[in-house]
Formats: sequence, structure tokens, C-alpha cells
Amino acid sequence: MEDMIFYDRLQFAFTITFHYIFPQLTMGLSLLIVFLKGKYLLSKIEKYNNAAKFLMKIFAINFTMGVVTGIPMEFQFGTNWAKFSELTGGIIGQTLAMEGMFSFFLESSFLALFIFGEKLMGQKLHFLTGFLVFLGSWASGWFILATNAWMQHPVGYEILENGKFVLENFGALFTNPWLLPAFLHNQMASVVTSSFVVASIGAFYILRNKQVEYGKLFLKVGVVFGLVSSILVAFPTGDWNAKNVAKYQPASFAAMEGIFETEEAGAEIVLVGQPNMVEKKLDNKIAVPNILSFLTHQDWDKQIPGMDQFKEEELPSNIPALYYSYHIMVGLGTIFIGVMVLALFLLWRKKLYSFKPLLWFIMFLVPFPYIANITGWYTAELGRQPYLVYGLLKTSDGISPTVSSGNTLFTLLGFVALYMLLGLLFLVLVGKTINQGPKPQTH
Amino acid sequence: MEIFWYIIIGIVLTMFFVLDGYDFGTGIIHLFFAKKEKDKEIIAKSAGLFWDSNEVWLVAAGGMLFMAFPTFYASVFSGFYLPLIIVLWLIVFRAIGLEFRGQFKYQMWKDIWDTSFGVSSLLLALFFGIALGNIVRGVNLGGVENGISAHEGHYFFLPLWNSSFSPLTENPGVIDWFTIVIGLISVVTLAIHGANWVVLKTNSSINKKLKGVVFKLNVTLSVLTVFSLFVWQIVNPNSLDNFIDKPYLMVFPMLYFTGLIGLFFIKKIKKDSHAFMLSTLLIVGGITSSLASLFPVILPSVNDIHEDLTIYNTAASEYGLSIALTWGIVGFILLFVYMIIQKRLMAGKVDKMDYGH
Repeated sequence: MEDMIFYDRLQFAFTITFHYIFPQLTMGLSLLIVFLKGKYLLSKIEKYNNAAKFLMKIFAINFTMGVVTGIPMEFQFGTNWAKFSELTGGIIGQTLAMEGMFSFFLESSFLALFIFGEKLMGQKLHFLTGFLVFLGSWASGWFILATNAWMQHPVGYEILENGKFVLENFGALFTNPWLLPAFLHNQMASVVTSSFVVASIGAFYILRNKQVEYGKLFLKVGVVFGLVSSILVAFPTGDWNAKNVAKYQPASFAAMEGIFETEEAGAEIVLVGQPNMVEKKLDNKIAVPNILSFLTHQDWDKQIPGMDQFKEEELPSNIPALYYSYHIMVGLGTIFIGVMVLALFLLWRKKLYSFKPLLWFIMFLVPFPYIANITGWYTAELGRQPYLVYGLLKTSDGISPTVSSGNTLFTLLGFVALYMLLGLLFLVLVGKTINQGPKPQTH
Repeated sequence: MEIFWYIIIGIVLTMFFVLDGYDFGTGIIHLFFAKKEKDKEIIAKSAGLFWDSNEVWLVAAGGMLFMAFPTFYASVFSGFYLPLIIVLWLIVFRAIGLEFRGQFKYQMWKDIWDTSFGVSSLLLALFFGIALGNIVRGVNLGGVENGISAHEGHYFFLPLWNSSFSPLTENPGVIDWFTIVIGLISVVTLAIHGANWVVLKTNSSINKKLKGVVFKLNVTLSVLTVFSLFVWQIVNPNSLDNFIDKPYLMVFPMLYFTGLIGLFFIKKIKKDSHAFMLSTLLIVGGITSSLASLFPVILPSVNDIHEDLTIYNTAASEYGLSIALTWGIVGFILLFVYMIIQKRLMAGKVDKMDYGH
């Protein structure tokens, strides 16, 4: 039984982590593409159009990867989490089906039109198809977040005698207080990833001294969008989310912040330290007093319950993993703001394009927004444990009753092997596309 | 309301098999008949340009099944665990084959992508047919052995095969001689459909030859169809009851036979789109006839202890289904609008179309 839950969770974690590499780029990138295409419409400078079309090529590769790795996600609810699907399908089936209906179709239809149809449609319609791709991909985020929000903070349901969750109020799924902050936070994080990717491509073109004009454009767009989104992802959206966790999942909040003991007055904020689960304390802790109380409640002395206030079974099942995920995300987010402030300052002083150390740094920074996005999701998901539906349905009660651990291990190994291959091919293809670059400008 | 969603999901699934079906078929044709590099390229392209927008129908069907019939979704997806996951892997391999073909200049790499595309298309066609065979035959719901259930009555787990390969045992596997027959029918049908698609959408040099291929495949299909009608009766003796009770359901098998008979005249058919319509009829007729013969059952039980899964005992709540109806109608209208726009812009032969990569 333990094995089964472990393999099921590992398979889901692995496949969703791999899958989320792609949508987090496409959602943000579609915004940048709409911006560049719009800029072309207004200015008629060909550079912007070529840049938008080039980014759409990268979008298309990522979209394809998102589709092929996304279908296993949808199927896995049934294959590995049958009991969960049976009990909650009447509710989360709604939002998942709406995702397919309203966003996936929109995104895929108009992506094809954007790529093929520029000459057929003319520029205004071409811009419109780009905008619809953006709309589709963000709607997709909205419905997935609505699904997740219900699992984090269930609303609008009724539980029948046989344990089934039945939908009682459809509207409540979308007015869930968890949803909007989580959605905005997630979308901003996605814009961070795509801005950093675009900035990194720009830095690469400048450093290699080929297609420098596009390099400058990409770097500039990436830095401006990158700074704005890095700030928005922390404040206000990250802040709202943290307040929601403190309010609705106080045990998870204590665990992710690493507060083992409740303090008399204000709680400190932990910057560094390793959870020691035997002695129930943080080793090598560096913390600043009272800040956490202020950030959470705007009151320096407000008490925040630590992990000692909760029963063992109320606490998340893997506290160190949760703590690290959260701190990696926050730490990286802080670094992102710093780098982008510096880059924007140099851009303003007209020194960015020639300041090579920062260009190199921006170029190699590209994996870290991905890590920040994924650890952010780990924070949400590990924080919800040991529940699938917070407070109501345990993870151990959601797995498929008839699938043995041997079968799950078999498919897990298969997914690992297949995704390694897929990842390798993806890197080759994206690398090739970036290396080629946008269409050279014709003057 | 259950019936309404049953029909909607049936339509979406049929759309998936009609649309992605030609991609599978194109893969099969590509594997066996495309010899020259130029043909290989445009035939792969005639699937490569469309597969991802066709595959979204599968995603839509999965999502709707989850929403409308959660118990069925949970039971079937966990029960057919291994074949489903294998199908997922094959879908990935097909995508790899199509997307990477044009990316590398050496012929050796192209051959690998082509094989990946062709073989996974063939196996997908086979597996989807086998899946239909399993639904018709039924499964050991509740995992009953010697009168004792191992699971709740709506759960089961199917091995890929059992030692006898017979559909008539207490505990049948995914692959047995009956499901293989249905699998072969699916392969042949989709190969015909794919050949028609290639003729319709490309100027390949084998277009003329493919018409002969369709004819021969159609002869094979007729033989298989007649054979399957007999074994179908053995495996599921109640399969004609619905048609006798409600004779108007006969329209579905008639669609199938119209397609089958029509395709014998493939060489005389002037318009390529007409041939494609006939193979579409084969798919639509085949799926709808199977569903109609089972209705309202969606997964029969092979034991007497647990009752069949029907659309009534697996559905979500009435409130959920009716609220989904409102957004579903809006969604479908939008969907058809996109489709019309897309098909208009992408009409004609694919030879000259340029993929953005």
C-alpha cells in the first residue's frame, strides 16, 4: 500500500513537472508575442513582426511538447487516481472539461492560423489570431488553477453518504477566494519565465555578435517585462497567496515558513536554515524577528501559530521538502528582481548592451525561472498533503484500487525513459531554432 | 440528461477517430507504400500539419467523460491501465516522428522518424480497435474469481492477455482472438481512410496506385466484417436486441455498409473528397453501430454478480450535467466556428503549404 501511494505520487510528480516546463513558457510568451505584433501594427517596422513570428516558432515547439505531455496528465487522473476521480469527478471534471472546450481548442486552432495564415489574412487579422492564442493559453491557466483551487480550498460542494462530492454551486468554483490570487501569481510567474528566456536569447545574439539588432530588441523587451513581472509575482500576487495559505491552511503555512515553535509575540522570518525533524528545530538558522507577522497581518506583534500548535496528522507529510521548495522559490524571486533592476538601470544608462558580465549572467540564468515556477507548484502541492482535497479526502484514499505497484513502477520507468528522449529532442530543436534566429531584416 | 451527454461524447469521440483516424491511416500508408523521398515528405506532411489540432478532440472527449461519467472514467482508465499508458506512449512517438522529420538533413535520421511515425500509427490503429473489442466483449467487473469479488463492483483490472487468448473465459485479457479481429478491422479501415486522405490532400506520385490499394483493402475489410459479425454474436449474444427493438437504429449499420459498398467503386469515383466521405462513413457507422448495440450499457460485465456499467449508474449529478449543458452549447458553437475558419484557410493540397518551423 505504501509502495503504491509512493509510486503513484512519484509518477504524477514526474510527469507534471516535465509537462509544466512547456505551458509556463507558452503562457507568458504569448503575451510578449502579442506585444511585439501590436508594436509592428502601430510602427510598421518589420523588425517587430519578424521577432513576433520567430517567438511564435518557439511557442509552437513548446505547445507541441505541452500537448503530448499534457494528454498523459488528463489520463492519469483516471489511470492512477481512479478513486479520487470517481469521488470528485462531478466537480473538477467541470473545470477540466471546460479547459479542453474553451482554451485548448482556441489555442490550437489559432496557433495554426497564426503560423500559416499571415499572407492570407492580412496584418490586423494576424494580430487577432495571435491575441486569441494568448487568450486561449491564459484561459487554460485559469481553468487548471480553478481545479487546483478547489482541491486546496473546496467550495460549492456537498458530500453524499457514499463519499461522493456533488456539485452544489457551479459559480462558487470561480469565485473561490483561493483562485484569483493563485491565478495571477501563476500567470506572472509564467511571464517571468518567458521574459527571462527572451532576454537570454537576446544576450546570446549580442554576445555571439550575429543578429545583434534582434539581440538588442529581445534583451530590452525581456528586461522590461522581466522586471515588471518579477515585481508583480512577489507583490502583490505572492503576498496574497501567502495570506491565503496562512488563513486557510495554517499548518502548511507554519511548515513552509519553518516555524517549529510558536513565539509569544511576532513571528520571525526565516531566510536560511535546514529543518531538523528529530529535534524539531532549524539548524544554522538566520532569521529576522517580527517580519513574518508584519508581512502576513500588517502587525509586528501578531502571533502566528507554529507547527507545535498542530497535531501530527494535520501537518504536511514532508515538511523539509515543502520548506525548501518555498524558500528556493522566494530566494530565486528576490534574485530575479535584483538582476532585472540592475539590467534596467544599465539599459537606461545605455550601457547594458556592452556590459558583458551581465549579458553572460542573464544568458545562463535561464533555467532558474523554471526552477522557481516548479518549486512554487511544489510548495502548493506539498503544502496540501496529506490531502488531495484539503481537509476532506486523504491522498491515500484517492489511488486506483486495482492497479498494483508493480504496474505503476513499470509505467513510471517508461515515462522517465520516454521523457528523457523527448527532452533531448526538444533541446536540440529549440537550440536549432534559436541558433537560426529570426528572418534577417530587409532594409 | 445522461443520454444527452452520452450522445455529445459519442460525437466528440467519433470526430476524433474520423480526424485523427486519417493521421493514423496516413502513417500506415506511409509505412508500407511511400518509397520515394519526395512522396514520404509530402505524405508525412499531410498528417504533420493537422495531427495536433485533431488530437485536441481526444483531450475534449477525456475531459467530458471525466465530467459527465466520473465512475465510468475512473473504472475504465484504471482497469485498462497498461493498454492506455501504452497508447499514450505511442501518441508521443507519433508526434516525435512527425515533428522531427524535417529537422535533420541526413536520410538516416529521416528514416528513424518515418519508422516512428509509421509504426506508432499502425499500433495506435490496432490498439483503438482492440479497445472497441474490449468494450463490446465486456470485462470481469469486480475481479470475480470463484464467485468472490476482489474489488468494488465497478472496478476491474485487465491483464494484457491471458494464457488462452479467448474472449469466453471468466477473466479475459485485453488482447484475445476477438479483440484482435476488431483491431484488424480498425487497421484496415483507417488505412483506407488514410489512403483517401493522401489522395485528397497531396500530389504524391503514388496517388494512382493508392486507389488500387484502397480497393484491395476494401475487399479484405468486407471479409473481416462478415467474419466479425459472426464472432460478435458469439461474444455478445445480446448485440442485436437493440436493433430489433428500435429498428430506426439500423441507420447506423447502414452508414457503414454504404461506405463499404461505395468504396468498391473507388476507381470510378471522380472527386477525391467523395472517396474520403465514404471512408468517413465507415468510421462513423462502425463506431455508432457498436455504441447503439450496447446502449444504455457502456461496459458489460462478463460475470453474473456485478451489473453492467450503464450511462445511468456511472453519471455525475443532474445539476452538474445540466449546468455543463449551458457552457457545453456555447463551447460547441465556438468550436464549429474555429473549425470552419481553419478548414477554409487550410483547404487544398498540402504540397505548397509551409510549416513555420
